[in-house]
Amino acid sequence: MSMKYSKEHEWVLIEGDSATVGITNYAQEQLGDVVFVEVPDAGKAVDKGDEVAVVESVKAASEIYAPISGEVSEGNATLEDAPATINSNAEGDGWIFKMSIGDASELDELMDAAAYADHVAGLE
Amino acid sequence: MTDKLETITGNRGLQLEQPLIFEQDAPGRLGVDLGEPQTSETHLGGVERKDAIGLPNLSEPQTVRHYTRISQKNYGIDSGFYPLGSCTMKHNPRLNEKMARLPGFASLHPMQPTSTTQGALELIDACAHWLKVTCNMPAVAMSPAAGAQGELCGMMAIKAAIEDRGEGEQRTRVLVPESAHGTNPATAAACGYSVDSIPANDRGRVDLDAFLSKLDDDVAGIMLTNPNTCGLFESDIIKIADAVHDAGAFFYCDGANLNAIMGRIRPGDLGIDCMHINLHKTFSTPHGGGGPGAGPVVLSEPLAPFAPLPFVVHGDDGFDLVEHKDGEGEKSFGRIKGFHGQMGMFIRALSFMMSHGSDGLRQASSDAVLNANYLLAELKDTLSPSFDGPCMHECLFDDSFLKDTGVTTLDFAKAMIDEGFHPMTMYFPLVVHGALLMEPTESESLETLDQYIHALKGLTAMAKSGNADHFLEAPRLTPRRRLDETAAARAPVLRWKKEE
Repeated sequence: MSMKYSKEHEWVLIEGDSATVGITNYAQEQLGDVVFVEVPDAGKAVDKGDEVAVVESVKAASEIYAPISGEVSEGNATLEDAPATINSNAEGDGWIFKMSIGDASELDELMDAAAYADHVAGLE
Repeated sequence: MTDKLETITGNRGLQLEQPLIFEQDAPGRLGVDLGEPQTSETHLGGVERKDAIGLPNLSEPQTVRHYTRISQKNYGIDSGFYPLGSCTMKHNPRLNEKMARLPGFASLHPMQPTSTTQGALELIDACAHWLKVTCNMPAVAMSPAAGAQGELCGMMAIKAAIEDRGEGEQRTRVLVPESAHGTNPATAAACGYSVDSIPANDRGRVDLDAFLSKLDDDVAGIMLTNPNTCGLFESDIIKIADAVHDAGAFFYCDGANLNAIMGRIRPGDLGIDCMHINLHKTFSTPHGGGGPGAGPVVLSEPLAPFAPLPFVVHGDDGFDLVEHKDGEGEKSFGRIKGFHGQMGMFIRALSFMMSHGSDGLRQASSDAVLNANYLLAELKDTLSPSFDGPCMHECLFDDSFLKDTGVTTLDFAKAMIDEGFHPMTMYFPLVVHGALLMEPTESESLETLDQYIHALKGLTAMAKSGNADHFLEAPRLTPRRRLDETAAARAPVLRWKKEE
């Protein structure tokens, strides 16, 4: 089990051949109060970089991109009624979707926690 | 949050609390003395209304006061400075309004025979002529009803031209810079294209190398705003246009900011293929709740045959309308709006153009750019400009001047309301952190700009002196304090219900 991060401020929790994806705590702080989340349906095949979900806050609507290629196995349905979960627990209960890992080599292009922290520090 | 200015009544001076009109209902109270309606047999087959209609009962003075008080809570360009960047809230000259109310225009019906509406068709033709000459473009589609619909019209013309060439299957991608108005990618997607975002360079303009690397023979077009939403002129625009045409694609220019270049640059000389023009911005017709938009689209020679119906032509017996897909309208992509377009806006825009003359239009854009640069020059050491100047019609700042003050762009904007200023555009464009985008337009006097600058400098000093509470509690002097935007979005109350 390991946690990886994308430049687009997504976290990817890798467990075996499945990955759980959400936005980072830094991303939710930047967005402000989340008011709506559009989660993908199970079965949706995605390529790395495709738009998968939408997170809408009082400030902006942001697309969530697939950090890797694969097939969506589950969207977090609880976010529809409780979008604020992303603000309260972005890197836990606020997960957005789960997907299969289509090409494990794409995981190597993601950052580890230390590299992501550097990436965020560079934006400040 | 404590409010030291609380009153017994909830009123603030002569700014009165006003309940909803339904909450003022007093059964039996009437503005007019009508007799009981006579019951008569209906022929509705039992579907007639049986319950009360639910209209509130008020006297005439109550009703007049209700709407007067509500109107007093409104804020618009007629009340004061309205520096919303990217929105171009300029003065709506009263001459335009007088012209639009002339009975010969105001009393027309769009279904009248063209033999009885020659003057109106001539006006549409004259307005079209001014737009074509101003832009140096051979054709213009007048019917689109707003900027976004103008974009849709332009992209539909591009799509129709590409399909006419037999390249509909091949060209599937549209390039859009990341600083674009959100309507640009939405329009491309609505036309069935995939959207490919082009990054900006550190000068706030399109990164030319990144753009060229994305350009290929599967690209249908580029949608570029110039001047862009950072208030900057895209200085590589001619190189971009040449590259787009070499790739066999079309160049859509978002003309939302034509007010910065009108009379100085003709978009046709830059190599664009189509561009919408917001009459409700550049040509001073009302918007923002004050009136409908109008988004005519100028078209290049290759796109002109695909323009939407109907359009005005010079016929044998005066002006005529082409309404069908035959003859001159054979290749048209069809109708995009009922009737001819926003006639009332054509009248106002033509009034603006003719009363200014070509020299006056040139001065209007020059003054708009001058005013924005005055703000930028006076505020550059107080706020934090996002890019090196000079700017065009609007100036952009980020929130780095608020770093470590505990005050956000939103808090700063709320405090501006207490100082009597409508806030600037916040958090847009997204390419800048905590953006503050200001567009003074040519309408504002030096005195107004100086008062505004004075207020912003004072607020910045207050924020930097550690007085964050002043901002976190703002606005203090409005009929309502800080509104809960999150609750409004998460749990909106959209309908009044009578208390049982």
